[in-house]
Amino acid sequence: MRPFLLALLAKEPAHGYELKQALEQTFGSAYPSPNIGQIYVTLGRLEKDGLVRAVDVEQSNRPNKKVYYLTAAGREALDDWVDEPTEGPRVRDEFFMKLVLAPMTGIADRMALINRQRRHYLALMRDLNELAERTDPDNQVALLLIEGAMLHLQADLDWLERCQEDLS
Amino acid sequence: MDTPPVISTVNLVKIYQDGGVPVPAVRGVDLRVEPGEFVAIMGPSGSGKSTLVHMLGGLDVRTSGEIWLDGDRADTLGESAWALLRRRKIGFVFQFFNLVANMTVADNVELPALLAGASPREARERREQLLGALGLADRAGAAPAQLAGGEQQRVALARALANRPRLLLADEPTGNLDSRNTRDVLKLLGQVHRDGQTIVLVTHDARVAGLADRVVSLLDGQIVDDGALPVSRRRPRGGVGDVVELRG
Repeated sequence: MRPFLLALLAKEPAHGYELKQALEQTFGSAYPSPNIGQIYVTLGRLEKDGLVRAVDVEQSNRPNKKVYYLTAAGREALDDWVDEPTEGPRVRDEFFMKLVLAPMTGIADRMALINRQRRHYLALMRDLNELAERTDPDNQVALLLIEGAMLHLQADLDWLERCQEDLS
Repeated sequence: MDTPPVISTVNLVKIYQDGGVPVPAVRGVDLRVEPGEFVAIMGPSGSGKSTLVHMLGGLDVRTSGEIWLDGDRADTLGESAWALLRRRKIGFVFQFFNLVANMTVADNVELPALLAGASPREARERREQLLGALGLADRAGAAPAQLAGGEQQRVALARALANRPRLLLADEPTGNLDSRNTRDVLKLLGQVHRDGQTIVLVTHDARVAGLADRVVSLLDGQIVDDGALPVSRRRPRGGVGDVVELRG
């Protein structure tokens, strides 16, 4: 979550709760909203590392609130995050390891493993279908995120089919 | 008395002849589909999915075994009796649409309802509703040849549903659609299924299969898996966010 908070703070200084709201508004239901505690813990670490700084802002009839802003080092860390290529597809897939290793020991049969995994993927797809249906049609960011997850899942299923053809 | 299954097959077999060489496509399938069920048939290409669904619609003749539709034996019917049965009970979405070229989109969709005895008004209303749901309301007056492949495919789905058939059979109904059009098709399939439509479709599109109650997997002409989709273990309230995160 560190780079996300840095990116939001690059836009404008904010306090913890505002950051939580900004994440929720941007990504909608497609992204798990972090709890406020996690956000404060992360902000604390960023502050310790010198990437953000906090100032106390007095409020009339409430305790002071901390407003965070990005430091020059924070800006640099954010630039690095944006510039570096993002990790591609995972080559080491846990299910694949299971598929290769389990039959060797006689623990499980490949066909049964593949069939169970297919049903599991499709159940996840059903959840994504439902999520897409519940999502505000104007929230393009959320819908694209869901579509990306669907495409990954489709690829996993296609791969599963290849495994079933060639290994069984 | 119990309602008979919409589909029941017994040891269904299809063997094609390829220059005198027998090529088995479906090798002993027992499939039972209850009223209101939505079954997705999946499997690699060449696994017999299309052949199976074509036999269920009487579009391909079985080599041996039995097909029962709504409790009546169907595999022994001749071509014209099958045509009548399809008109009365089955909506079929072909992989390559098969729209009537010299009729408008509207007429293509209304025709099955009219043949089945619906009044012109009923047929028109149903057509307007279906084309509207599929984002094709403004294409009603076009000829099929004027439509893009994805549009023709959606017209084929509208036509198959025009009649509120007892059984909807479809072969890759989203094969030619981009993701936006697929979303319209998913929505419509989900809706007619909730209204009780029995659906059996062949698909490799996981979004479509994810709508089904049950998935049948074929491999080399045989069923290797047949079962309901599990209720997912992680289903937080308020957002399925961690489903998305899962792939991270």
